[in-house]
Amino acid sequence: MDEKTLIAKRVALELQDGFLVNLGIGLPTMVAAYLPNNMNVFFQSENGIIGMAALPEQGFALGDLTDAGGAFIGALPGACAFDSATSFGLIRGGHLDVTVLGGLQVDQSGQLANWMVPGKMVPGMGGAMDLVSGAKRVIVAMQHTAKGKSKIVQKCTLPLTSVRRVDLIVTDLAVLQPSDEGLILKETAPGVSIDQVKAATDCELIIPANVPEMQITE
Amino acid sequence: MSKLRNLEDAVAAIPDGAVLMIGGFMGAGTPHRLMNELVRQGKKGLTVIANDTARPNVGIGKLIDAKLVARLVTSHIGTNPETQRQMIAGETQVELVPQGTLAERIRSGGFGLGGALTPTGVGTTVEEGKQTIEIDGKTYLVEKPLKADFALINAKRADYYGNVDYALTARNFNPLMAMAAETVIVEAADIVPVGVIPPDVVVTPNVLVDYLIATENRHG
Repeated sequence: MDEKTLIAKRVALELQDGFLVNLGIGLPTMVAAYLPNNMNVFFQSENGIIGMAALPEQGFALGDLTDAGGAFIGALPGACAFDSATSFGLIRGGHLDVTVLGGLQVDQSGQLANWMVPGKMVPGMGGAMDLVSGAKRVIVAMQHTAKGKSKIVQKCTLPLTSVRRVDLIVTDLAVLQPSDEGLILKETAPGVSIDQVKAATDCELIIPANVPEMQITE
Repeated sequence: MSKLRNLEDAVAAIPDGAVLMIGGFMGAGTPHRLMNELVRQGKKGLTVIANDTARPNVGIGKLIDAKLVARLVTSHIGTNPETQRQMIAGETQVELVPQGTLAERIRSGGFGLGGALTPTGVGTTVEEGKQTIEIDGKTYLVEKPLKADFALINAKRADYYGNVDYALTARNFNPLMAMAAETVIVEAADIVPVGVIPPDVVVTPNVLVDYLIATENRHG
């Protein structure tokens, strides 16, 4: 199993029947493929739909039915469409149970930076700032390191997405939970030791007496 | 008086330097014939308010490719390297706005409100130069309304009066923008007789719509 699949399968365990969920572009989108059997989750795409689904067949693409990345999608029976103000009212107004987002950096205080690298990459924040500010639960799904450097840092050096503390960080090495005291190591990935996680992390971690191995969906 | 205009005349009414709101999300729900005609007529120095600039040679990306845009208010340009290049080179002035905030600023403009109070962006670079207000112990940014000279709208259907409905995710910013501009130009896939769109289904009321772009001849 590759690292991204592992992350997606672990994040899938955080979802519950009946949840309204928004998945960011890229790795987070993979979570939808690994829901536990029979779980009924409503996926929102911020361009204005609840009930998005995979495109049934290539020939059924419809130009007016797309996800937030502009890719063609399908819709489940019972799907509904709405304008951008309603879409972000759902996000900001406390109606969204979970958002899963990628990250560039998360720091010891649990703050996330994921929308720009000054001087290098200026994509814009899109819906990320609203999602992090407004969702009931924010899960960051990302690889632990990039180009050998830890993405878990003492203090974000990149511009913050929000001052809100995220709720859970799932990486290819570990599951971390931000708290008032700092980042708690909740789980380690299969075959990864606590020392390996510590070595790949640029800040102090709180290590409980018992750190179980990461469970994933089938 | 009929609101029907041919594409060329409707776009000719847009002067250089105009402020345009353009519907669409990564090209879905963008009025594509209007984009092509803006490029053909070579409008200059436009201000564009839109969610994104799609990709090069797609939707609003065509206006960027043709260097028609002097100023851009948008939430995301990550999919369009040419927009990023023009921003970094100083050729196009870009204001990045969180997507939900962009929607509310447009809505405020169209609904006659003095702006929106949002928690989004508090404590980030988005807060710079903005007023904050504390209400019941929570801090909000004051985000000012946006208005435009023209709104360029993509619709599923319009009737002869200009009542409009939208298709699926092609709705996005279109109904908000139709409220917030001086002149509203609608490019609908179909224009149908009055009465065909049931009153309950109409999203944008006809009084907002100034011009309907004549549909293309599909009868050969």
